[in-house]
Amino acid sequence: MNSVSRLSLARRESLWAYAFITPWIIGFIIFTVGPMLASLYFSFTEYNIIDSPRWIGLTNYINLFHDDLFWHSLGVTFKYGVIALPLGLVFSYLIAVLLNQKIKGINIWRTVYFLPSVIAGVAVALLWGRIFDPKFGILNPFLERFGIHGPGWLADPDWAVPALVIMSLWGVGGNIIIYLAGLQGVPTDLYDAAKVDGANAWQRFRYVTLPMTTPVIFYNLVLGLIGTFQYFTEVYVLTNGTGNPARSTLFYNLYLYQNAFRYFHMGYASTMAWVLFVIVLGFTLLIFRSSDAWVYYEGQLKGR
Amino acid sequence: MDQAKSSSRFNSSGVEGQSLIMKFVVTLILAAGAAVIMIPFLYLLSTAVKDRDQLRQSPPPLIPVAAATVEINGQKEPLYQVTMDGQSREMALIKNRPGGKGLFVDPANPDTTYELVIADQTAIKNVEMHFENFPEALKQMKFNKLLINTLLVTFLGMAGMLFSCSLVAYGFSRFRAPWLNVMFILLLSTIMLPSQVRLLPTYVLFNKLGWVDTLLPLIVPQFFANAYDVFLLRQFFMTIPLELDDAAKIDGASPLQTLIYIIIPQARPALVSVAIFHFLYAWNDFYEPLIYLHSPEHWTLAVGLQTFNALYAVNTNYIMAASAVMILPPIILYFLAQKIFTQGVVFSGVKG
Repeated sequence: MNSVSRLSLARRESLWAYAFITPWIIGFIIFTVGPMLASLYFSFTEYNIIDSPRWIGLTNYINLFHDDLFWHSLGVTFKYGVIALPLGLVFSYLIAVLLNQKIKGINIWRTVYFLPSVIAGVAVALLWGRIFDPKFGILNPFLERFGIHGPGWLADPDWAVPALVIMSLWGVGGNIIIYLAGLQGVPTDLYDAAKVDGANAWQRFRYVTLPMTTPVIFYNLVLGLIGTFQYFTEVYVLTNGTGNPARSTLFYNLYLYQNAFRYFHMGYASTMAWVLFVIVLGFTLLIFRSSDAWVYYEGQLKGR
Repeated sequence: MDQAKSSSRFNSSGVEGQSLIMKFVVTLILAAGAAVIMIPFLYLLSTAVKDRDQLRQSPPPLIPVAAATVEINGQKEPLYQVTMDGQSREMALIKNRPGGKGLFVDPANPDTTYELVIADQTAIKNVEMHFENFPEALKQMKFNKLLINTLLVTFLGMAGMLFSCSLVAYGFSRFRAPWLNVMFILLLSTIMLPSQVRLLPTYVLFNKLGWVDTLLPLIVPQFFANAYDVFLLRQFFMTIPLELDDAAKIDGASPLQTLIYIIIPQARPALVSVAIFHFLYAWNDFYEPLIYLHSPEHWTLAVGLQTFNALYAVNTNYIMAASAVMILPPIILYFLAQKIFTQGVVFSGVKG
């Protein structure tokens, strides 16, 4: 009798649990699993939304691998990612370390540094579009003061992506917030112990701060990677969705958007989406696999 | 005083005993960075209040100025600070002469002209701001309609998100059930899912439902929880002592009542945080409104502003005025809720 009532208690608890998470389960099926399967199916079809999808087997995949613009857009995205991601991670980490110092008025500095992160989007892109303007912007006249003749930035195919990187660095406040939370979570006694052992400021940073904050670095790296492949708003706004000049800013996601919503090649765009998914998954797994070597979790004992 | 307070709140990165010079250097670097962050804002505001002529100044002054003029014989002529015979006086340039020279007159005595090298004189500039740009820009972009749509999307979505995410986070934080851990890992994995793989069929679905070109595709999905907010809320719920639940249970409260009367009031800071993050997300979101909203009367501010720029890019002053208005609510919210950002109330859950 006792065991029966305990069982029913456990069952009741399970029922409550699943009752509470029902909204997510429904959403997961309708907005994640279902669409994922559907887009996988679409990727093997020709589909323009109006007529029903027509099965064409691997044609989309074959065409994609022969599509110069696909490779080009992948290249643009990689180029941006390879510059923006490490720069952003290092840059925001260093700022977070500075913002974690005991200095008068540190809260004011923090306020300023986080500010750009709350206004991401169209308005920021429009503002930077003007800043980069070679004639009426403020960046090139500023460089001119140091004798540097600035490039055409967004008007120059070679400099458009670097311009976008600069813009992204301005908005790293979100990363800084997360880093700062990580830095504040480092237990003070570790520093005290290091000091007792005679560690100097650099050694304390290198052997205490850095290892203890690898989980947040890892977190920002993974989200930054995914963000890179989703990069869209800024470049759409600045180029009116064209990816110009000379397609130098035709990011993967922008090309996908063009296929889906300009040309209504839903099948082809779905193929792009799945290829993207596989690429992102590959990179994420790579980062996760590598994390054993460099991410330190407290309370986790290693055989090292 | 302030310092003592902050030191008790935060751990230092091993900076005690740090020399004054180091602190000075750090402050200097921070100040330089802060300038880099603030100058674009200044440029935004100054451009927003310029008129057409002022926009043509190159390089653009950070403070909106215009050449001072004076009326000479019914014509507006630019004023210069002129140095003559060791004396400095204000004179108007009435005519250009070859060789970089110009004819200057004293406004009080316009009949006597002096020929001087223009480059040696300094043009007088006055601060001139055209605040009428703001109402004009907002009128042109039909701001009110866009604002209403944006507010609807933002706040209805926020209500849906808070409702669904509280329920789901509670389910994941307070109960044991078979497969619940697997469910939670599934939930978390959706954070890393590139949205593109579900976007197109979702669009097709909403298209079939006849919801494309309405606000519904932007609002309804919020009622089905999202991984990010569920995760943050769950982390916070876990810090609320279980004894409170037990006490409620003994008093005969059902799990739902426990959520409403115990957990929700305790979790207010976390709820406020996710609400603010949702506001920022929905207010700034561009991709989905762009895809789903086709006719201008359904646009949100983000789409409206982008289109306004695409159509009237030359009116930089109006574009910047509209941009300034659009970033104002997030900035106000940011200052009101500063603690949440600067103290990382919720972010601490990210680690580990």
